Amino acid sequence: MTRDDIRKAVIEKLGDIAPETDPAALKEDADVRDALDIDSMDFLNFVTALHRDLHVDIPEADYPKLLTIGGAVAYLAAKSV
Amino acid sequence: MPSLGADMDAGTLVEWLKRPGDQVRHGDIVAVVETQKGAMEIEAFEDGTFDRPLVEIGTKVPVGTPLAFIRGAGEAAPAPVTSEIKLPLPGPAVPSPAPTIAPAPPAALGRHISPAARKLAAERGIGVEGLAGTGPGGAIVYSDIEKATHPAAAPAAKRPGLDLAEMRKAIAAAMARSKREIPHYYLSQPIDLTAAQQWLTGTNTTRDPTERILMAALLSKAVALALHDFPEMNGFHKDGVFQPSAAIHLGTAIAIRGGGLVAPAIRNADTLTLDQLMAAMRDLVARTRAGRLRASEISDPTITVSSLGERGVDRLYAIIYPPQVAIVGFGTPAPQPRVVEGRVEPRLVATATLAADHRVSDGHRGALFLLEIERRLQQPEAL
Repeated sequence: MTRDDIRKAVIEKLGDIAPETDPAALKEDADVRDALDIDSMDFLNFVTALHRDLHVDIPEADYPKLLTIGGAVAYLAAKSV
Repeated sequence: MPSLGADMDAGTLVEWLKRPGDQVRHGDIVAVVETQKGAMEIEAFEDGTFDRPLVEIGTKVPVGTPLAFIRGAGEAAPAPVTSEIKLPLPGPAVPSPAPTIAPAPPAALGRHISPAARKLAAERGIGVEGLAGTGPGGAIVYSDIEKATHPAAAPAAKRPGLDLAEMRKAIAAAMARSKREIPHYYLSQPIDLTAAQQWLTGTNTTRDPTERILMAALLSKAVALALHDFPEMNGFHKDGVFQPSAAIHLGTAIAIRGGGLVAPAIRNADTLTLDQLMAAMRDLVARTRAGRLRASEISDPTITVSSLGERGVDRLYAIIYPPQVAIVGFGTPAPQPRVVEGRVEPRLVATATLAADHRVSDGHRGALFLLEIERRLQQPEAL
């Protein structure tokens, strides 16, 4: 999976969780919780969807690394090698 | 048409999920109605055969209007209308309109479609049967209807599932009534959640994301269990008297992105395991945001719990949702210096608040109730 594929997946999952927003327009380093008004249940659903579709283990301790789109793409790219 | 709270006087029938001749069992979803709180699924309250609808799709009818005729076992088909769908919260008696015994229009049976999408489809005369949905679980959302009509049109600011202006009116009516009628008293207690957080971290480490539990589930379970000893916090104040409830149905406040709030019930929350409670919460949040709650989930709560979650402030002063008599709030957990066994230590602390009805209970009992919630949260493994 290329970084572009991963980015596409991340943005798609965020869009599923907050369908009335446009995650593709977010800055790489914006905190998605603030930018998309995502609560802990939404975030858990985001992690669940990434885990399911990308087959990557995401322990709770790593959640802080997934708070921005740039961070999530880097984390998932490193994990899926 | 069921009443989903004192502030609701009418609802619009938008979909039948049963057709004439279908068998109906107690609890089956038979119809979807649109209310100020979004689309609600209406359940049957008896077994029988769906004989015929009495209200046409798209019709707005007052609370109390019979929606359909369900024939009980052994009843002859042309029997008089004696057996309407019975609902737990009958509104004021309203004369039923002349039954229109038109055949039900072909409905998209079982398809999930948001109220906004449904409205738009009706306005534009679009059939939803062949449409692919892009919402949660394949639900048809507003943008799908937009695309079906104006493939090139820029989507307007949209909000799948819910009419927030209507919801605001419903919240305003319920909260104004609460402030007018209920003599609230307020209490607060900082609760040490360090043990609960440690237990949660340990439990979730070995679990896939699907199986993980959130702090909100522990908080709700602690409230549900504490209620066993405080029946005066759990039930309805109606017609000048308090009616305690044996069952504990926890209203769970769910914020809608961009504004709006619904507090549907987690039924019998005290009897659920943490895993079951967490699953129920996930399901409720998903359906609330997709605009797909059941009518009974709105009318059932016997008390409400409102958690600010991770991004909030230290406490909330909640307003009781009538006819309930109490609401428990949890502020955002944050590290705080605390004295533990004579030493100052960083601990994770969240402030719990209680707003309760002085017509039913006093501050002394309310304080003991909050302390019981605190005690329960020190033993997370027992929740």
